[in-house]
Amino acid sequence: MSNAGENDNVPAAPGANPDPVVMGSRLGMFGVSDGGDTSGYGGLVAHVLFPAAAVRPYGGYFDEIADHLERALVGGSASYAQAIERVVVDRGEMTIFVAREHILGVARALRDDPMLRFEMCLGVSGVHYPQETGRELHAVYHLLSITNGGRRVRLEVTCPDDDRHIPSIVEVYPANDWNERETWDFFGIVFDGHPALTRMFMPDDWQGHPQRKDYPLGGIPVEYKGATVPPPDERRKYS
Amino acid sequence: MTEETRDIYATSEADAKDAEGAHVYDAVGGDWDAIVDEASSLHEERIVVNMGPQHPSSHGVLRMILELDGESVTEAKVGVGYLHTGIEKSMEFRTWTQGVTFCTRMDYLTPLFNETAYCLAVEKLLGITDQIPERASIIRVLLMELNRIGSHLVALATGGMEIGATTIMTIGFRERERILAIFEMITGLRMNHGYIRPGGVAQALPPGAIDKVHDAIPLIRRGIGELEKLLNENPLVKGRMVNVGYLDLTGCMALGVTGPMLRTTGLPHDLRKSDPYCGYENYEFDVPVRDTCDAYGRMRVRFDEMYESLKIAEQAADKLQKTPGPVMVEDKKIAWPAQLAIGTDGMGNSLDHIREIMGTSMESLIHHFKLVTEGFRVPPGQAYAAVESPKGELGVHVVSDGGTRPYRAHFREPSFNNLQSFSALCEGGQLGDVVVAVASIDPVMGGVDR
Repeated sequence: MSNAGENDNVPAAPGANPDPVVMGSRLGMFGVSDGGDTSGYGGLVAHVLFPAAAVRPYGGYFDEIADHLERALVGGSASYAQAIERVVVDRGEMTIFVAREHILGVARALRDDPMLRFEMCLGVSGVHYPQETGRELHAVYHLLSITNGGRRVRLEVTCPDDDRHIPSIVEVYPANDWNERETWDFFGIVFDGHPALTRMFMPDDWQGHPQRKDYPLGGIPVEYKGATVPPPDERRKYS
Repeated sequence: MTEETRDIYATSEADAKDAEGAHVYDAVGGDWDAIVDEASSLHEERIVVNMGPQHPSSHGVLRMILELDGESVTEAKVGVGYLHTGIEKSMEFRTWTQGVTFCTRMDYLTPLFNETAYCLAVEKLLGITDQIPERASIIRVLLMELNRIGSHLVALATGGMEIGATTIMTIGFRERERILAIFEMITGLRMNHGYIRPGGVAQALPPGAIDKVHDAIPLIRRGIGELEKLLNENPLVKGRMVNVGYLDLTGCMALGVTGPMLRTTGLPHDLRKSDPYCGYENYEFDVPVRDTCDAYGRMRVRFDEMYESLKIAEQAADKLQKTPGPVMVEDKKIAWPAQLAIGTDGMGNSLDHIREIMGTSMESLIHHFKLVTEGFRVPPGQAYAAVESPKGELGVHVVSDGGTRPYRAHFREPSFNNLQSFSALCEGGQLGDVVVAVASIDPVMGGVDR
């Protein structure tokens, strides 16, 4: 836009993502850091921008979900404004960021309200963003409503790395039992209120949580036809 | 006391000092004696049997911990993780295209579903879902439906073998062999294909592939019919399977169970109908449903689904004959430059392309080199894509940080979630029913453990 100053005063266009979330930055043009960059682009800084909070109307059935959720949360432990941090609509998917202390109430509303009726939880997937101070660990839940013709919604809850606690939603979605154990096992997120939070895949006496970004992949160099191939995490990378 | 004969279990003075004032709990006092008397007067014995992880009926390396009262199972638990290979972690250290090679090895009976689900998610992240050539989607559908038959055949074959019916096993594997022959012709491999790639498929169909599919379908249909005649009304099969491994709709919903198990409770939930992908809305097929909620019903649903899959495969083969065109997205920044084909030596190659990059175009060579070693970049964000695998909803959650590698790839494996229902299926039943119940879940440990 040539007239950026003027645009500051008008509201963002519906469905637009005005302020993307900066999740990191990348230096240089070619994504490599282990060689001398003689191209002159070495000082280039590119921000890693994740989609920002969406602006109403969200489009599709997402507005309905938001409206019904707002109504269903009335009289509960927290209102919509308290429980929901932001809503992101990206690539045809709706992500609701929920404050971690209210995840159980939101999950219950999503399951029980007849207009929402997300009766199936497809597990929880952890993501570790070490650069996001105070919100390093994310737990991502995918919900499916068979009643309402296969609608989907994603819930995202964050917790800081030095206080890795998120309330368990097994009480509402028993299907999440093993999935929360898996996420505890791989990311070290403690799901408070889980009936038996033990490791799912790794041995019980294992140290560390393997899917975290600070946990090394491991591996040894392999010799092949006289040349040595380093383990995957020591090879040149471009991102 | 000399140093050699010292009682190593003796409490030292220091320990005694530490314990001073602390609570000490002993297994005496209270009503403990009453409990012991009651247990011994009833002659109750609590037997815990550890079945697996190496057991012929454990579908790989599944460990079942069963508490028995005579022949009845009073408590049933599972231990998994014996086949955990860190596929999701390894994918974070390879390019997006190389990810296919990893995820195809998860549930090794449904490799083409794993590949398709992953590629659909990556394509969603790239925003190229509607640019995938129609022919590529049809090939995906054809391969997936054949793969579904192959997976169901193994489920029935091994399930039959586990209850002592080896003929079921031999017929099942014989018919699956026809499907694997088609896979070998099209992809070059019988399993772990790495054939479906972000943007389309790795190479065009070899000549004669569609004819081979057309030839094989009647044979497979006859073979499935043979199996059905052996199983459907077999009194031994019915005696072992009817009303065994019962799980109703409420149970399935609560435990996140999908696929044939869910459809045996009477709910016609199938992602191919409710949320079509790869153009499934253009095919004529039904969603088979039963309402018996038991192992026998699941077997019948699998049979019915195989016939529906044959119908879809036939339609896909017909469509392929009418739909020429590319099998890879047009965007040269994503599609690998070589349009590979199986050469006379059996290797995937493209002599024209090699001639171009080595002889005439330096830029093509650089482009090829960069794309293959470095890979393509995917815009930051996250996406979830799901397909209806033979076991249920196979979902993929991928996160990109804008780099050439997945920042995180997580698979919602149907085997993993369905296996959660193990306790609900087995508790209260007989020990022999455990084997039937596990076979009716059809878990594949490669998928469960990843």
